[in-house]
Amino acid sequence: MSRTVGALLRKELLVELRTLESVPGMSLFALSTFVVFHFALNRSSVEGDEAAGILWVTLLFAAMLGVNRLFVADAEEGGFDGFLLAPVDRSALFVAKALALLAYLLVLELVAVPAFALLLLGPPLWPALPGLAATLALGDVGVAAIGTLVAALAVRTRARDLLGPLLALPLFVPIVIGGARAVEPLLGAHAGGVAGPPIRWLATLAVYDLIFGLIAYAVFDFLLED
Amino acid sequence: MYGKGLRALSIATVLAMATALALDFFYAPLEAEQGFLQKIFYVHVPLAIIALCGFVLGGLLAIQHLRTRDPRWDMRSYVVIHTSLIFAVGTLISGSIWAKGSWGHWWVWSEPTLVSFLIVFLLYATYQPLRFAIEDPERQARYASVFAITAGAFVPMNFIAVRMSTAYLHPRVLGSTSNLPAPMALTFLVSLLALSLLFATLCKYELTAKHTRAQARALRRKLAGEGASAPARTRTSVPAGALAGGAPQHAAPTRAAGAPAGAARAAAPSAGAAGRPAL
Repeated sequence: MSRTVGALLRKELLVELRTLESVPGMSLFALSTFVVFHFALNRSSVEGDEAAGILWVTLLFAAMLGVNRLFVADAEEGGFDGFLLAPVDRSALFVAKALALLAYLLVLELVAVPAFALLLLGPPLWPALPGLAATLALGDVGVAAIGTLVAALAVRTRARDLLGPLLALPLFVPIVIGGARAVEPLLGAHAGGVAGPPIRWLATLAVYDLIFGLIAYAVFDFLLED
Repeated sequence: MYGKGLRALSIATVLAMATALALDFFYAPLEAEQGFLQKIFYVHVPLAIIALCGFVLGGLLAIQHLRTRDPRWDMRSYVVIHTSLIFAVGTLISGSIWAKGSWGHWWVWSEPTLVSFLIVFLLYATYQPLRFAIEDPERQARYASVFAITAGAFVPMNFIAVRMSTAYLHPRVLGSTSNLPAPMALTFLVSLLALSLLFATLCKYELTAKHTRAQARALRRKLAGEGASAPARTRTSVPAGALAGGAPQHAAPTRAAGAPAGAARAAAPSAGAAGRPAL
């Protein structure tokens, strides 16, 4: 299993490195969204709950771009058929794709979070960074698990570009709730005294990751039978 | 088979609904604070409970479908989710009316139950678009089941997350039936029973209709098959309807495969035994 996952993940990252189809697009989209937020809100700096909301909305929408592209090559170029012909555990594909999506999200955040601090964020980023990184990492795991499942559900339907976001956004709502509430105190104007993100929201994210990671892992096999 | 007991169930539903409404209007006392407005509680809360239970039940039926690969479980899951969606619309509307009456706004964001219900509704609203964007009936059933299981697990999780994020505001009536005055509790339970019966009847009607339609289609195909020349039927395994009929007939075999295939197969010999079906 772990060897299969490793091979699939390597192939996934190699394809992404050679085509640069997802990650640059996602990052650029995040930057454009920050600009759009600047004009839409008519603000040059944001803080607190607004900052948390803008950051999460932007990251989720950028993640949706990656989710929509995740299985397109497999569906169009026969990747599914090739994988099904190999005598390996089918869950390996789920794990590998989720890890690849997680990697995309981490790279996206490496670009988007500094850009956010530069363009929009009022308070300094440094004191908030450890808590922010922990929250984003927990949120990313959930987004990767659900995103992979939704991508596989939507990719072989007629209206896949439409269905992906429609299915994913309601499922992401608990992540937005947990993520935004956890980040909100860190990005406040007087964040200096805040020790870290509230534990209960991190716990919510962790429970969500666990439950939906397991469910997505369990039901994914059934999407790959033909 | 599906139609069995349908009439008894319908009559029971009508009686229960009439009793519930009568109790609601003439028996249950006016609530001290909210007055007449509170009576919507006897519709709104049962609708919400049944819709949420229906969503979870749809997920359980979908698990059964993935385990047994019997398309009938998928059909049940589909019908239950479909009916729950209608009940969910009713819940949202009645909830909005109640919110307008008691808080002065049609929509209240600080109300966790309302908000989580909307999110669940939005999620399930994509069930049918997803389902009907897949042509192959077998894959359609499989994908719909995967969605139903994920969404069924999402229902309780979402309620917990949204409730944590906002302060309590909803009238806490759900877990406190014991605190209600006896006439109110009785009315509530009768309403819950009546609306549950309504839910069951609607599901049964839809299942019966789908089953009957599949049966009629199978019979019609058989009829068309008998009209076709005999050598053509023995030479190929293609369903005879596809050979004999034109374009509309062509669509029938593939769609019938998604309908309860076992039932359609079971219907064929009995129709043969009865001679030429009167269609």
